Amino acid sequence: MEYSFDAALVVETFPILMRGFLVTLELWLPSLAIGLAAGLLLALARLSGSRLLRGGSLAYIELFRDTPVLIQLIWFYYAFPIIIGVQLSPFTAALLGLALNTSAYGAEIFRGGIQSIARGQWEGAKALGMRHADVLRRIILPQVFKLMLPAFTNRAVEVAKMSSLASVLSVHELMYQGRLLSSTYYRPFEILTTVAVVYFVLIYPATFLSMTLERRMAGKG
Amino acid sequence: MQAETLSMPEPTRPAPILQVSGLHKWFGALHVLRGIDFSVEAGERIAIIGGSGSGKSTFLRCLNFMETPSSGRIALDGTPLGRTTAGKPDEVRYPESELCRVRERVGMVFQQFNLFPHMTVLENAMEGLVTVKRMKKGQARERALRELHKVGLGEKTDVYPGRLSGGQQQRVAIARALAMEPEILLFDEPTSSLDPELVGEVLRVIRQLAEEGRTMLLVTHELGFAYHFATKVIFLADGVFHEVGTPDEVLKHPGQERTRAFLDRFTEFSF
Repeated sequence: MEYSFDAALVVETFPILMRGFLVTLELWLPSLAIGLAAGLLLALARLSGSRLLRGGSLAYIELFRDTPVLIQLIWFYYAFPIIIGVQLSPFTAALLGLALNTSAYGAEIFRGGIQSIARGQWEGAKALGMRHADVLRRIILPQVFKLMLPAFTNRAVEVAKMSSLASVLSVHELMYQGRLLSSTYYRPFEILTTVAVVYFVLIYPATFLSMTLERRMAGKG
Repeated sequence: MQAETLSMPEPTRPAPILQVSGLHKWFGALHVLRGIDFSVEAGERIAIIGGSGSGKSTFLRCLNFMETPSSGRIALDGTPLGRTTAGKPDEVRYPESELCRVRERVGMVFQQFNLFPHMTVLENAMEGLVTVKRMKKGQARERALRELHKVGLGEKTDVYPGRLSGGQQQRVAIARALAMEPEILLFDEPTSSLDPELVGEVLRVIRQLAEEGRTMLLVTHELGFAYHFATKVIFLADGVFHEVGTPDEVLKHPGQERTRAFLDRFTEFSF
């Protein structure tokens, strides 16, 4: 059987896919940034002296790690109007779901990283008269970022791919546009191949950048 | 919270910088320090010796609150550190600000150096000045360079600690502590993790500091160095001061059987 690849269709639909690509970016980068920042706070809560903070953050982390992301996204969309009477837009619900999910995983990365730093680093800094918060900011976290860079990259890649789940909430991101176009034209092969290539082009620079950073940092100290 | 003063055994002259009374430390069920009374006066150089597990490192680490005393009080310039609640004199809380103030004045050099691996030698020596003393970068740099030159590492300022030998790393750690201009310097077995041929370069730096008249406490197994370095030697055993005296008294003519037995182990294989 011979199949002729319809290149003209790819060219024709590409602008629409690009619009989806932009929305994917708008989901990906903010949810990653918010998720990692919140993850750091959660990790500090996990490691704090307060039992309440430790327990609360643990419950939060487990809740988000032990349920499917797909359910989390849909849940935010449908449950928020019922619980707090606010109807979130599909985009906001998806962004929130992705960010909170990322924060749970980010918290575990930060926690592992902070705990892997030798106790002597804390002591060396405290012996100079540094406050706990300064030790964290100046001494511990810079080492954690370096150490955990591969894990953070992993998470970034994971979030980029997870963002395709927002299509079930009709967020007009890349995957949504791809599915819509392929059912409109009955040409899933051309359209979905293009979608996969666009995802690859989006994600590969991130992994490449992190490999470069890792190599450059390895040269130091 | 109430202000209080320690009952001093006798008014000593010059007034002690640091004063310890009734110090106990437990690690769980393990009673490591069992009631220590002690003071440091300006210009004193005190060597602390004893077997492993005798509590000598724990004692030193209590002085800058790397370990929190289980009971007893430590006073700086006659003012007891920590806060108590009325009616509960044994429950002492130590606010972070107070601990930071003590540590600024009582510096420490560790067995494992504890340099910051993500910072250059110069940045290591500047860190306390910039972050704790809030000094301007240029001024901090100048002072850090001065101390690095003093320990003989003026040429290695832009190198990361991982590229240095153990002896060089320990000298950076000493410069980092010196930069803060502490009134007392604590050395916790500063040469114990060094290859034998690197011990000398670190001891020479410490001797140089002794010649400057700095106030120092040194936990060490280098008895020969302790003999020449110290104005006072303390033999710690089972968490108490077993014998205290001049280097001659404690190291050459120990009065206690326990001290003699400890010293004999060091000379057993000498030639």
